[in-house]
Amino acid sequence: MIWLVGGILLTTLSGVPGLFFQRDSHGGERIACLLTLTGTACGLFAVATTLISGKDADLELPWAMPGGTLALHLDPIAATFLLPLFLIVATGVVYGLRYWPQHENPTNGRKLRLFYGLISGAMILLLSASNGILFLMGWEVMAIAGFFLITTEEHKEEVRRAGYIYLIATHAGTLALFALFALLSQASGALMFPVAHTLPTAGSTLIFLLGLFGFGMKAGLMPLHIWLPGAHAAAPSHASALLSGVMIKTGIYGLVRLTSLFAEIPAWWGWTLLLLGMISGIMGVALALAQHDIKRLLAYHSVENIGIIAIGLGLALLGRSYHLPELVALGLAGCLLHVINHGLFKSLLFLSAGSVIHAVGSREIDHFGGLLKRQPWTGALFLGGAVAISALPPFNGFISEWLIYLGAFQPLKHPASALGMAVLAAPALALIGGLALACFVKVFGVTFLGEPRSKAAAHAHEAPKAMIAPMALLLAACAWIGLLPTTLLPLLNGAIAGWSGTTGSAQLAGTFAPLGWVSLAGWLLLTLLIVTGFRLHRRSRKVPRDVATWGCGYRFPTSRMQYTASSFADSLVRQFNFGLWSKRHGGKVPGLFPPAAQFSSHTPDAVLDRVLFPAFRGTARLCRYLRARIQNGETACYLLYVVLTVIALMTFLTL
Amino acid sequence: MGLTNSLLLAVLLINFFTLGSARLVACIRMVALQGALLALLPPATHGLSGHALFLAAGALSFKGIFIPWLLLRAIREVRIRREVEPIIGFVPTMILGALTTAGAFLFADFLPLISEHHEGLYVPAALATMFAGFLLLITRRKAITQVLGYLMLENGIFIIGVLLSSALPLMVEAGVLLDLLVGVFVMGIVINRINREFSTINTERLSALKE
Repeated sequence: MIWLVGGILLTTLSGVPGLFFQRDSHGGERIACLLTLTGTACGLFAVATTLISGKDADLELPWAMPGGTLALHLDPIAATFLLPLFLIVATGVVYGLRYWPQHENPTNGRKLRLFYGLISGAMILLLSASNGILFLMGWEVMAIAGFFLITTEEHKEEVRRAGYIYLIATHAGTLALFALFALLSQASGALMFPVAHTLPTAGSTLIFLLGLFGFGMKAGLMPLHIWLPGAHAAAPSHASALLSGVMIKTGIYGLVRLTSLFAEIPAWWGWTLLLLGMISGIMGVALALAQHDIKRLLAYHSVENIGIIAIGLGLALLGRSYHLPELVALGLAGCLLHVINHGLFKSLLFLSAGSVIHAVGSREIDHFGGLLKRQPWTGALFLGGAVAISALPPFNGFISEWLIYLGAFQPLKHPASALGMAVLAAPALALIGGLALACFVKVFGVTFLGEPRSKAAAHAHEAPKAMIAPMALLLAACAWIGLLPTTLLPLLNGAIAGWSGTTGSAQLAGTFAPLGWVSLAGWLLLTLLIVTGFRLHRRSRKVPRDVATWGCGYRFPTSRMQYTASSFADSLVRQFNFGLWSKRHGGKVPGLFPPAAQFSSHTPDAVLDRVLFPAFRGTARLCRYLRARIQNGETACYLLYVVLTVIALMTFLTL
Repeated sequence: MGLTNSLLLAVLLINFFTLGSARLVACIRMVALQGALLALLPPATHGLSGHALFLAAGALSFKGIFIPWLLLRAIREVRIRREVEPIIGFVPTMILGALTTAGAFLFADFLPLISEHHEGLYVPAALATMFAGFLLLITRRKAITQVLGYLMLENGIFIIGVLLSSALPLMVEAGVLLDLLVGVFVMGIVINRINREFSTINTERLSALKE
């Protein structure tokens, strides 16, 4: 455990030495990188030794705070969240050396590194804390550091706005968590986390709802995702990778940890989570399809993947309510594995998107084009991430979604029970997967294939090796989980055993989750791909290379004749118009010899821009009106209020 | 009991007169009369004890003589005779006064009081006078009428205070009277200032600076 504490301290303080260096010197960023790498290595060592020993590790120190000791606790559940964290933090910090170098960003480079270290350390702390106050401290430091990461480029109006929305959302969530931990300490008698599976179900409704709000706000479940797209788009790419890959998962961790404390789970918890998961999955991917900003698009995919994770968790909760150990095992394994997987491939996608943005200088997909010829490595790595997020073999996204599919089909074995409706999760997942694939065909096609759509894209350069290497490491991790999923079985089985408790736990094994076969199929597919690719490559070697892509025989194509991001997705976006309400401007072509016409489309956020802003504006107007009426400056009116209050008080007292 | 009830009935009638009259001098005189009548209330309730006599003397000198004298002087200086254009007219104010008085009688039965206080008109008369004072405060524009409103409010409190005077320490009574006196002094100065600044004592000019 001492290694973990060392890791937390080293990571947290990694940005501090840099503050004492000169603004444009390299020293600070190198020291920060070194300290973070050492810190994550220490943490990784601590988690690995704990997992190998097979016993949970504990650390308890006396503490001046009332209500418990300073207690850290490492178990397989925490480990599943910590392992991707270490990898993503380490790759992100190496990537940041070239992506956000100090000498190019003298004003905000030191700030970025300071808060990058703080947020990483705070997340390790909260994932291993077993005391409510310690957890909330980590949570709050993480939230505040996240705000400063998002507002790195604070001179931009749009960035400040995103940061402000994030701050409001995260504090609303934290407020719910304060109430949650107060109730928990009332139920268990101390501020320490109670022993798993001991809390009674009585009086737990409010606890669950508060947890769902507070943790769901951080995770970005659909109606609560309002802060997420703007914040992920505003932050620098490796910070977005950290926020999307790791930070939003702390919300999932909170839900998993919270539900592990109860002895019995009411069935409606699982149904709620399942429904919310389906909504955020489908609407998240539909909103992603309609975006033109590559980082906003990736951010909406985070909402979608959080939805998939919530479907898994919802199935596992249903399994506990209806006492089906196999459903618990499949749902929870899918949920936790998807947490790891999403962390890996989403960071990979954010990092490679960052390398594209770094080269072109824009976030608009329609300014890219033809980048595969100029950035072959970035393109290949992005393609790997896209395959993984679309849940295609042989990468890791397939494994976790396949586990959730298996879980969704479990209720068919018990056709009589009320559980039958849960089968609906399977078609929802299929819809999500198909739309995600369409979305990434769009992104990859418009960004990397075809002809450059702007001068900047035509002159783009390949990212430096220090940016390619971290991405390659992440892709290797994705491929590892996709091809050798059985290596993660002990970790997942440990987490399932720790979570499911008295229901009796089933282990993921060959009988109902044949991971070995999946692994074999993955290898076969990979071999097939390599062989086919090799043969195609040999056959196309003699083809002339200077022909315009997708020219279709036309001699003088221009880059404006290509599909744009909105035209490619238009047919699908129209299907979801009931929930997206895209704004479309222009596009009408009048007469036989039409003049120049314009078309543009824009899809605002379904909850933030369509519901919350109008509602808040209306409330503000109403309050201003009421204030002008009530606070009208007439002394007589104020006296009337006094009389009315006196009468009301007297009536109240007599009744 | 008969004497106190007729005193309190007279107090109620004076409430209505003040609510319905536009003549300021008459209003001030009637409120002075109300104060003088109330000065009879403590001896009539508790007999001729030292405490009761002290209360009576205090009420008579302050409410019956000194404060009305101050107000009459102020009115002579600013040369105002009538309350014109009240925020709510005189007849509606009378009707409202009748409603609140009826309400006070109804309401007094429900108040959690000890049984001996339920007898007599003390509590309903006190409530009705307080509400009438409030009505005066709310519906009139002239600062001088608002001072009268405060006076009537205090008269209502005084009636309750008479009921409790055996339990209420003398200092509290003295404090209430002193409070009122200071309030009237301040208001008198303010009235003069308002008059000098705006050539009127309508208080609504004071809200010109509101947001």
